[in-house]
Amino acid sequence: MNSVAAAHPPLKPEWTLPSRGRVGMFCLIAAESAVFTIFVIAYIFYIGKSVSGPQPKDVLELPLFISICLLSSSLTIHLAVRALRRLEPTGFKFWWIVTLILGTIFLVGTGREWHHLIYDRGLTVSTNLFGTTYYSLVGLHAFHVTAGLIAILTVAILALLGKVEFEYHEKLDVFSLYWHFVDVVWVIVFTVVYIVGR
Amino acid sequence: MKRSEQTRSRAGKVLGIAFLLAGFLIAATVCAADPAGPSQIPNIFKPDSTPADSIFRLSKLVLVITSIIFVVVFSLIAYATAKFRKSDADDGSEPPQVYGSNQVELAWTVIPGLIVLVLFLATARVILSVQDAPKPPGAIEVIAVGHQYWWEYRYPELGVVTANELHVPVSDLQHPTPTFITLLSADTDHSFWVPRLAGKTDLIPNHPNHTWIDPHEAGLFLGQCAQYCGVQHAKMLLRVYVDSAADFDAWVQGQKRFAATNDAAAEGRRIFESTACINCHAVSGTVADGHFGPDLTHLMSRDTLAAGAALNTRENLRAWIQSPDSIKPGSLMPAMKLSDHDLDALTAYLETLR
Amino acid sequence: MASEIIAINEFAGGGQSVGEWLHGWVTTVDHKRLGILYILFSVFFLVIGGIEATIMRIQLMVPHNHFVSPEVFNRMFTMHGTTMIFFVAMPVLFGFGTYLIPLMIGARDMAFPRLNALSFWLTAFGGLLLYFSFIGGNGLYGAGNAPDVGWFAYAPLTSRAFSVGHSTDFWTLALLISGIGSIGTAVNFITTIITMRCPGMTLGKMPLLAWMNLVTAGMVILAVSPLTAAQIMLCFDRYLGAHFFDTQAGGSAVLWMHFFWIFGHPEVYILILPSFAFASEIIPVFSRKPIFGYPIMVAATVMIGFISMSVWAHHMFAIGMSSYGNTFFTITSMLISIPTGIKIFNWIGTMWGGKIQFKAPMLFCVAFLFQFLIAGLTGIMLAASPFNWQLTGSYFVVAHFHYVIVGAILFTLFGAFYYWYPKMTGRMYNETLARWHFWLFVIGFHLTFDFMHIPGLLGMPRRIYTYEPGRGWEFWNLLVTIGTFVQGIAVLIFVGNLLWSMFKGPVAGNDPWDAWTLEWSTTSPPPDYNFATIPVVESRRPLWDLKHPEDPDWKYE
Ligand code: HEA
Ligand code: HEA
Ligand code: HEC
Ligand code: CUA
Ligand SMILES: [Cu+2]
Repeated sequence: MNSVAAAHPPLKPEWTLPSRGRVGMFCLIAAESAVFTIFVIAYIFYIGKSVSGPQPKDVLELPLFISICLLSSSLTIHLAVRALRRLEPTGFKFWWIVTLILGTIFLVGTGREWHHLIYDRGLTVSTNLFGTTYYSLVGLHAFHVTAGLIAILTVAILALLGKVEFEYHEKLDVFSLYWHFVDVVWVIVFTVVYIVGR
Repeated sequence: MKRSEQTRSRAGKVLGIAFLLAGFLIAATVCAADPAGPSQIPNIFKPDSTPADSIFRLSKLVLVITSIIFVVVFSLIAYATAKFRKSDADDGSEPPQVYGSNQVELAWTVIPGLIVLVLFLATARVILSVQDAPKPPGAIEVIAVGHQYWWEYRYPELGVVTANELHVPVSDLQHPTPTFITLLSADTDHSFWVPRLAGKTDLIPNHPNHTWIDPHEAGLFLGQCAQYCGVQHAKMLLRVYVDSAADFDAWVQGQKRFAATNDAAAEGRRIFESTACINCHAVSGTVADGHFGPDLTHLMSRDTLAAGAALNTRENLRAWIQSPDSIKPGSLMPAMKLSDHDLDALTAYLETLR
Repeated sequence: MASEIIAINEFAGGGQSVGEWLHGWVTTVDHKRLGILYILFSVFFLVIGGIEATIMRIQLMVPHNHFVSPEVFNRMFTMHGTTMIFFVAMPVLFGFGTYLIPLMIGARDMAFPRLNALSFWLTAFGGLLLYFSFIGGNGLYGAGNAPDVGWFAYAPLTSRAFSVGHSTDFWTLALLISGIGSIGTAVNFITTIITMRCPGMTLGKMPLLAWMNLVTAGMVILAVSPLTAAQIMLCFDRYLGAHFFDTQAGGSAVLWMHFFWIFGHPEVYILILPSFAFASEIIPVFSRKPIFGYPIMVAATVMIGFISMSVWAHHMFAIGMSSYGNTFFTITSMLISIPTGIKIFNWIGTMWGGKIQFKAPMLFCVAFLFQFLIAGLTGIMLAASPFNWQLTGSYFVVAHFHYVIVGAILFTLFGAFYYWYPKMTGRMYNETLARWHFWLFVIGFHLTFDFMHIPGLLGMPRRIYTYEPGRGWEFWNLLVTIGTFVQGIAVLIFVGNLLWSMFKGPVAGNDPWDAWTLEWSTTSPPPDYNFATIPVVESRRPLWDLKHPEDPDWKYE
């Protein structure tokens, strides 16, 4: 054999691979999507199958305001991360805290809705299939919002203490993917529960 | 030298044993399929009813195709392992490095693809013929309800309710009287499986299912519950009695009668009616109309007790009432804790329920 | 010499106090140690699951046997199935993946080392929780209780009405927790493989083991998550009185079946793909040829991953689906045989024209080829839905899946154990003992699982604690039980070999098999940081290029 061929083949000079955080977050989102898919399927499967009342059309009201709050928080978190990337710490803090507030409004709204359903309408998880699927699906989503809010709150506190620097923008950007995901899920849950299912 | 010889003879042995075992398996399968075998064996390869027979014919095709694939691929692997063993006189050089070949890859993609197509078409035909079979006018209708560890059978058109032993008429080709069975469950999942008559269909709560059989000859066909349903899933046996048309009619007439009354067993009857028995069991013409357990109106017309767990003899009946657990541990009938005297009287009464 | 010292340090903790040694293992975030923990954990559970199998087999040896009560038997198959799938097969495959992936792609650790540790400990906790049900299932006075709902736990058997006490709660929590662990591992595998490959290792140059684990991990994410969701629902049912699977309140038993098998079928491919991965690494090295048709192997793997997501209801042919449903799931199930067949043919192609050395790893892989062929073909029989109506729920199914799981997965796993043992411990295993293990296991395996098909064809359902005489089942069951004992002895030899060789085996050196992938370029066992300098590769077989500079692979790829 030709021994000159042993020389290295031309190697591309730079070797870059995708960022760890992003790939990891996409995997997590894929897994979470699968979980939500199953809950949504169960919800749709059981629409109209409850053997006793109350039915969704009797008790559900459109939670428009809190939905708008949640959806707009996607925009504000984006603005916050962009501000950080552009080295504007005040802008970052401002938008970040707005996100926190909007998310909290959503959560409080869900809580009030539940309170109303439980105490005024007598609907609990064990009342009927509607109760079972409704609280599970909306609750699963609310759980994700809560988890997100805890993270946002932590970052907010650190930001107010001045501990969040420019180099965190990468991580916060990855985190904002999660928050966007939670919002998209809400769009689906909203459609299924409040529009299709009612 | 010695070492590699050993290696070689061992590799030879691998093949030997593998071939031997494979041969054994095939031979045993063929034996199992032997049509001369005794009839109590619920052999899926000895069908006696149209659905089971269609399945059998499909399974023969599938077995032939898979056997051919088996022989071909097995031989390829065997040849490769035997032929390309490193030889004793090896010079230590590496063999020619081959990275692949697109033509060969194409071949072994397309050929299996064609085989799959054949298998699929054959299968689809049988699915339709068995599942979507139309119900002829002379068909018998039965509702089978699975209970934890026993079977309830209702013939809505004939007004018969019985348990554990299903009676159906022979269905000959001139005068088909197939039996169409609706499958329900009172509690957990079960599965109705009498291998010589039809494949399985599950009994699932809230999910009515259907199956049908048309046995071609009279006789007893065995099977059992084939979906795990709890502690005594193993003793939820199925017995299908295929009767000639005349026998079947006679049986129906017998079942339609009210329970026999017999003064000699009056004491036993009193005990029966004043004990919890009546909460769970029905005997037509008496106050007993429970439905948690099997209908006992014609208990004595059955060969077995408790879904085939024991023969229906006096001793077994007595033992059953005294302690169901001694026959079927975990069954849902409680031990009734009766005195010996009461037990004898009660047994005597039950024995009059013909 | 140096590697010997490391070997001792790694395992025996030479020069450390026991406390330090233990602390080191418990708090480790090193992928090699976690890999070994996973592996040890599953070998432990293999023995437990095997003991449970042995108890069942003794009970079924003769009809009307009274070795155990029906309740105990039902717990045994549930615990055996659950243990073997979730606490033997999954963790051992994850263990090898965790250990090997970074080494084979030239990385120094996994992408998320702490997540890696968390995943392992979640799995371990799940296993302990499952077994705690023996004690806590009914409170202390009810010791000896355990889940008895079967490994797929069909509703409504799992509802509070039919499953009193807490044993089913332990089952569902154990799977929920270990499922989260599995998802964590999968996220880690994907991220590691996508973002940590060494320079030059494009996806097309990655070892097949990494490829197959990548696909497996993707399937774990898409398949285990539905199981997790279903377990959450089951928990709601059991703790909060929800009605998802409560048939009394209009809930659906069939929904659970779908949810379970949407997980359950991909799961079996999650288990088989890593074992294909072992075969794809071992067969080339012992045939002295590169893998035949690498790109097609990759494509076939991806195809299997895709198709296997759409076949789940072939476990449900008897539930009364419409004829269209049955037809659809028949064709998808059969389609899988095409990419799977491609793999078998490519392995044969790899051996063809090679110089095959029958060392223990290769022996196991060759037996795997034979056995997987048979197992796949019985799978085709099951996939023909009318035939399935006869076969489902019978011992034929049990025989089919043990043929795959034991005959294919366990065999390649044993091969993998022997193949990478020198890398992990720095010492060589004992070849004579390994051959004894191989032959006894082959004999035991065939005695057990060949003959198990027959009672199935003769109408014997699965999950029965006893059976009636006179149905033609006795003889076969006796043979099956005898085979189990032969397997048991073989496993004992295997465990003995691993232990003995750890201390007495000859030192292996870096590259005992004259192999080609990166893990063999570092010391055995590898140092903490794996590679002193991060390697740069030009082909799929970097060490071949090093060893054969006159004829390197990259010229042909
Ligand atoms: C772990 C791995 C594993 C693997 C790889 C497989 C592989 C396959 N399995 Fe199996 N299976 C299980 C594990 C596995 N199975 C388990 C655990 C269960 C039962 C669970 C339970 O109920 O408890 C089960 C049950 C099961 C059922 C349901 C049985 C029932 O309960 O009713 C079915 C039905 O279709 C099935 C089919 C198949 C098919 C078609 C394949 C195919 O992938 C096989 C493909 C391979 C080949 C076909 C051989 C090689 C190919 C060629 C040589 C090419 C030429 C061939 C042709 C053209 C046909 N399996
Ligand atoms: C990874 C998966 C895996 C593995 C490896 C095995 C391995 C074995 N399995 Fe199992 N099995 C399942 C997964 C697995 N199984 C599943 C999922 C089910 C379904 C459960 C359900 O229906 O819910 C099942 C069900 C199942 C049944 C059916 C139960 C029933 O339906 O009633 C039987 C019966 O024979 C059985 C037997 C065996 C045997 C003999 C082995 C042998 O290969 C085991 C060999 C190992 C050892 C023997 C242990 C090691 C050695 C020792 C501890 C030494 C001491 C022992 C002796 C000397 C004997 N298994
Ligand atoms: C709590 C309910 C309950 C009570 C009370 C009860 N049984 Fe039963 N019985 C059952 C059930 C359930 C079965 C079916 C058991 C099985 O096969 O697993 C059964 C089965 C039987 C059988 C066998 C029937 C057959 O067709 O095989 C007989 C006979 C019987 N019971 C008699 C009695 C008598 C006599 C009493 C009263 C002394 C009694 N039972 C009280 C529930 C009950
Ligand atoms: Cu009924 Cu099993
Ligand atoms: Cu499957």
